[in-house]
Amino acid sequence: MWVNSRATTIRFLILLTFAIIMAFPFWYMAVVSLEPNQLSLQYPPVLFPQHASFGNYVGAWQANNFAGYFMRSLYVSVVSTFLGTLIACAVAFVVSRYRFFGRNAIYRAFLVSMMIPGMTFLLPQFKLMETLGLLNHLYGLILIYTAGMIPFTTFLMKGFFDDIPLELEDAVLMDGGSKWTLFARVAMPMATPSLVTAVLFNFMGGWDEFTMALTFLQNPNKFTLPIALMFFQGQHSTQWGEFFAAALIQTAPIIIMFVIFQRYIVKGIMAGAVKG
Amino acid sequence: MAKDTIVFHSALPLRRRKQRLYRSVRHHAAIYLFLLPGLAFFLVFTTYPILYSFVMSFTNWPIMGPAQFVGVQNYSQVLNDPIVRTAFLNAILYMVVSVPLQLGLGLLVAIGLDRPMPGRTTLRLIYYLPVITSWVVVTYIFQYLFNTDYGLINWLLMSINVIQSPISWLADPNKAIVVAAILGSWKGIGWAMMIFLAALQGVPVELYEAAAIDGAGKWHSFWSITLPSIRASMFFVTVLLVMGAFQVFIQIYILTAGGPADQTQVPLVWMYQQAFANLQFGYASALSWLIAVLIVLFTMVQFWIFRPRSLNVREG
Repeated sequence: MWVNSRATTIRFLILLTFAIIMAFPFWYMAVVSLEPNQLSLQYPPVLFPQHASFGNYVGAWQANNFAGYFMRSLYVSVVSTFLGTLIACAVAFVVSRYRFFGRNAIYRAFLVSMMIPGMTFLLPQFKLMETLGLLNHLYGLILIYTAGMIPFTTFLMKGFFDDIPLELEDAVLMDGGSKWTLFARVAMPMATPSLVTAVLFNFMGGWDEFTMALTFLQNPNKFTLPIALMFFQGQHSTQWGEFFAAALIQTAPIIIMFVIFQRYIVKGIMAGAVKG
Repeated sequence: MAKDTIVFHSALPLRRRKQRLYRSVRHHAAIYLFLLPGLAFFLVFTTYPILYSFVMSFTNWPIMGPAQFVGVQNYSQVLNDPIVRTAFLNAILYMVVSVPLQLGLGLLVAIGLDRPMPGRTTLRLIYYLPVITSWVVVTYIFQYLFNTDYGLINWLLMSINVIQSPISWLADPNKAIVVAAILGSWKGIGWAMMIFLAALQGVPVELYEAAAIDGAGKWHSFWSITLPSIRASMFFVTVLLVMGAFQVFIQIYILTAGGPADQTQVPLVWMYQQAFANLQFGYASALSWLIAVLIVLFTMVQFWIFRPRSLNVREG
């Protein structure tokens, strides 16, 4: 299989060494999180756990209502991902399949909005949330996240729908199927790799989002996980062990999802990137 | 699906025409129903805010009461602000450090992982890990690693005798920006790698085989086949990285908050503080518009630099 095995070995060793450097901050974070809190400021630092225990994880989960932040982040990310992905798929489907008045204008407007830095929207969106009375409400955040997911997801999914052969659709239409049947029964199932990619990236976007949550939520009882992490660190600036335990709990769901769906993601990114 | 809507009026009897009209209305109604939720979200939460902020950038935009038109006063204030100058110089420093690092290392890793190798999937995932970790988490890891007194980096540099006494990484403006840029690069290499891996898959193997038959070496085929084939992706990655450098926010907000004395300011942190700490909404929206325009201009310049020069190379 590997034509030149010596060259492959050298290539492997170089890539492995660099991967170890890249992964090191995660390793170090895990080591500190397993050490007792008072040792997180020890000097010289340790590179392997000396007194490994999960005390910090238990402490982090119980401290400051951490479970509440976790569930709130989960709620916001799941609902906005569902809405944003579904709505964008519907737009992508008709933009890809049909000709109608305003088709190009809508698609171009979506693309242009993706070029504008997200922070340009922050102030007017803050004012809009204030006017609508949605500051400090999780569903306000859900609406903003959903809106933010739509253009990119439309772009990604349109690229995929463009490649679905027309003959299949004709068959469905001949059998008397509606556009909805075509969308839900033919296009969406075929688009699974891109759909998984879109769902993952949208979920990750909501789960990790920092700036808007920081701006729109001022009540600590409404904080999502990233904001809670920042405030936790601000209040207990020397308890790195417990902080990194909390940080790893925040990171774990995303990593697990990426490991499970890795196969789809590469396909999805490649489909999106090659076109883009 | 244009065939549903094309109607040759004169050639059809009235009943058929009515039927066609009915079908066309139904056809379009269904299409606009699919569009409706997406358009509603886009108009309310994207289009309206962006237009509103543009209008308000020409007013004093007070917290309470009606806004007053002040012309380009906010813009001239922004352009004459020495802190804005510092912020953009810092963004340029960030760009100079982080763009080549991500572009170069991302490409090297992608080339290394392009061909089959044991452990390829795992390695690809490891390089991608920082990309999917949230900014808050990675920023605090770096704050901990670069801590002056108990940080691993200072300990490492001192134990191999590169430095004699600890460096205050985050207290010195240039060093703080460089640390943020290293953090950004570490987080972004996996992203660049993914785009390049996708592009490399599109390079036809026959090209390499033909070059090998012609006796071309590895370097030669890299320069004359690989690089030209992935020009489009190089462009895409470069544009997005440059845009990213001017949009640095969370790293600096957490690491230094622009301090000491605004010397580590970057455009968006300064904008955020002007809006939400100093309540200068008019100023802040003018600044955010200048950043947006600058980014678009930069992108256009890069389009010009990377414009296609040769027609017989199929872009990846």
